[in-house]
Amino acid sequence: MRLSDVIWSNLRRRRGRMFLLVLGLVLGVGTVVALMAITATLQEDVANKMDQFGANILIVPRSSSLSLSYGGLTVAAASYDVGELTLADLERIRTIKNARNISVVAPKLLSAVQIAGRPVLVAGVRFAEELRLKQWWQVEEGHEPTAPDEALAGRRLANLLGLRPGISLEIGKRTFRLTGILAENGSQDDDILFVDLAAAQEAMGRPGKVSLAEVAALCSACPVEDIVAQISEILPQAQVTALRQAVALRMQTVGQLERFALAVSAVVVTIGGLVVLTTMLGAVAERRQEIGLFRALGFRQRHVMEIILGEVGVVSLAGGILGWLAGMGAAVVLAPHVANVTTPVPWNPLLGLGAVGTALAVGLGAGFYPARHAAQIDPTIALRSL
Amino acid sequence: MIDLQNVSKTYNTNGVPVPALQDVHLRVDEGEFVAVMGPSGSGKSTLLTILGAMNRPTQGRVIVDGIDIYALDPERQADFRHEYIGFVFQQLQLLPYLTALENVLLAMAVSPLPKKERLLRAREVLAWVGLQGKESRLPYQLSGGEQGRVAVARAIVNQPPLILADEPTGNLDRATGRQVLELLCRLKESGQTIVMVTHDPEAANYAERIVHLLDGRIVGEEKKLSGGKAWTGLPLTIVASGEKAFPDEGGAPLL
Repeated sequence: MRLSDVIWSNLRRRRGRMFLLVLGLVLGVGTVVALMAITATLQEDVANKMDQFGANILIVPRSSSLSLSYGGLTVAAASYDVGELTLADLERIRTIKNARNISVVAPKLLSAVQIAGRPVLVAGVRFAEELRLKQWWQVEEGHEPTAPDEALAGRRLANLLGLRPGISLEIGKRTFRLTGILAENGSQDDDILFVDLAAAQEAMGRPGKVSLAEVAALCSACPVEDIVAQISEILPQAQVTALRQAVALRMQTVGQLERFALAVSAVVVTIGGLVVLTTMLGAVAERRQEIGLFRALGFRQRHVMEIILGEVGVVSLAGGILGWLAGMGAAVVLAPHVANVTTPVPWNPLLGLGAVGTALAVGLGAGFYPARHAAQIDPTIALRSL
Repeated sequence: MIDLQNVSKTYNTNGVPVPALQDVHLRVDEGEFVAVMGPSGSGKSTLLTILGAMNRPTQGRVIVDGIDIYALDPERQADFRHEYIGFVFQQLQLLPYLTALENVLLAMAVSPLPKKERLLRAREVLAWVGLQGKESRLPYQLSGGEQGRVAVARAIVNQPPLILADEPTGNLDRATGRQVLELLCRLKESGQTIVMVTHDPEAANYAERIVHLLDGRIVGEEKKLSGGKAWTGLPLTIVASGEKAFPDEGGAPLL
C-alpha cells in the first residue's frame, strides 16, 4: 500500500461523492469548452461573412503624381498609368508571417481608354477574386465573364455609352465582348469597365503589371496594422493602407464575442472551484478520524496533502477530459441551432489541453485549502472515541 | 528509553487554563512494560499523546531513545512516530474499507522499503499474531479478537522500539482483551518497550510496573516482584486530605 493506493481506495469508496464532483466539473468545463468552441466557430463564421464587406487593406505604388479615389478611400500618390507593382510582388504577400489571415488578394490594372469618344476607366481584374471580395455585385443583364476576352460594365457607364451585353469593345490591342452589366451599387464600380487582368495587361502592353491590389484580411489575435507592416516590409515600393473602419467593425464584433465567452467562462470556472472547495472540505470533515490515524501512524503533513490533492487531481483530470468531450459534443450539436452558424465546429486539440489544464488548475487550486486543512488535523484525534 | 523531565501540560478551554499534567517525572527503561492507571481525567491520555510526539507539553522535556522529541519540527515528529512508535488504539481504528493486510500495510505507506519487502513483512506480522490465511478479510469479517490482533500487527509492522497502547481492552470483551494483552506480553518478551494506558486493573496486571496518575500527577507506583506474582510499592496513595486517591479503582490486584 502506497499513498497512491490510499488515494484510489478512497476514490472507490466514495464513488457517489466523487461522481457528483466529476459531474460538476464536467458541467463546468463542458460549458466553457462549448462556449469557446461556439465562439471560435462564430468568429470564423463572422470572418467569412465579413468578407462581404470587402477589402480592408489597399496596396498601391508608392511613387505617383496623381491622386486616386477608389472604394471610398482617397489614396495619395497613385496613378492610373503608372504600374510599379507586379503580380510577382503580390505573390509575396502570401509569404508574410500572418499569411493565413489573408483571405483575398485582388490585383487590378487601371487604365484610362477612349470608348465611343469618351474617356473610360478600364480595370483589369481577376474575376474569381473580385467576385469573392465584392459579394454585393449583381449582374442584372447578361452574365459574369467566363472567358479572358469578356467584359463587365458598371450600370452608369453602360447607360452613358448605351452599352448592351453582346457588343464588342476595342481596348488597346484587343477586342472584348461585353457579357454583363452590373446592377447599380452606388460605388465607383458603376463607372468602370471590368475586363480580365491578363487580357488587360496584354491589351495595354503592360504584362505582369498591376496598379493596385485590394486585400481582405482578418486577424482576431493581432491588429491589422501588423499585417500592414508585414506587407510594407516585403513591398517597400508600395504604399500599404488599412481601411480602419472595416477593420474596427470586424474586430469589435469578434472582441465582443470573445469578451462574452470569457466572462461566462470566468463565472463558470469560479462556481466549479467553489464546488470543489465545498465538496472537499466536506470530505475532509468526514475523514477527520481517518486522517488523524494517518498522522498518528507517521504520515507527514505533506503526505496528507498529497492524498487529498491526489484525489482532487484524479477527479479534475477526469472532469477535464470528459468536460472537453461533452463541451465539444454540445458545441457540434448546438452551434447550428443556437448560434445559427454554418461553419463546422473545429476540433481544436489546444482547446482540449486548455480544458484539462483549466480543470486541473481549478481543482488543485480549490483543493489546496481543504488539503492544507486536512494536513493540520491533530493526530491525537485518532485516540478519541468515535 | 523514555525520560519525561518535569512535564506539564495545560489546556486552554474557553480561556480557562485546565491543567492536565503537572510536573511529571517518569523513566521507562528499554524493554519495560509499564501500565499507567488512573481515573478519567487524570491525564493518562495526555501523557500518552505527549509520549507519542503528538501533543507538545507546556513545560518540560520528553527524551525518547536520546531524542528530545519536541525539539523536532512537526514533519520530523511525524517521521519519529513512524520509526519509533507503534500505536494500539482504544477503538482499534482499523479502516473498514481495507483488508487486514492493507490495514497493516497502511502503517508502511510512507516507508521507503520496496513493495515486495513491505508485503512480506506485513504477512509475517499477521502470521505472528495468528492471522495467517485471513489477510484478505475486511475488518467486519473478523472477530473482535482478530481485529485486535490486526491492530497490534499494524502497530509492530515497522518494528518500532516503543509501543503505546491506549486502553487496548477498553472496548473489547474479556476474552478478546486478553488476546491483545497476551500479544503485548509477547512483544515485551521480544524486547519492545510498552507503555499502556488503562483503568482496567486486570489489564494493568500484565505490566511489570504500574504508574498511578491522579489529577495530572504521578501519585504512586507499583512494581511486580521477580517471579511476577506479587507487587511492591504504593498501590494507593494517601493524599494530604487523608482520602484514598483511587476510591473507585484501587490498585492492581495482588496475585
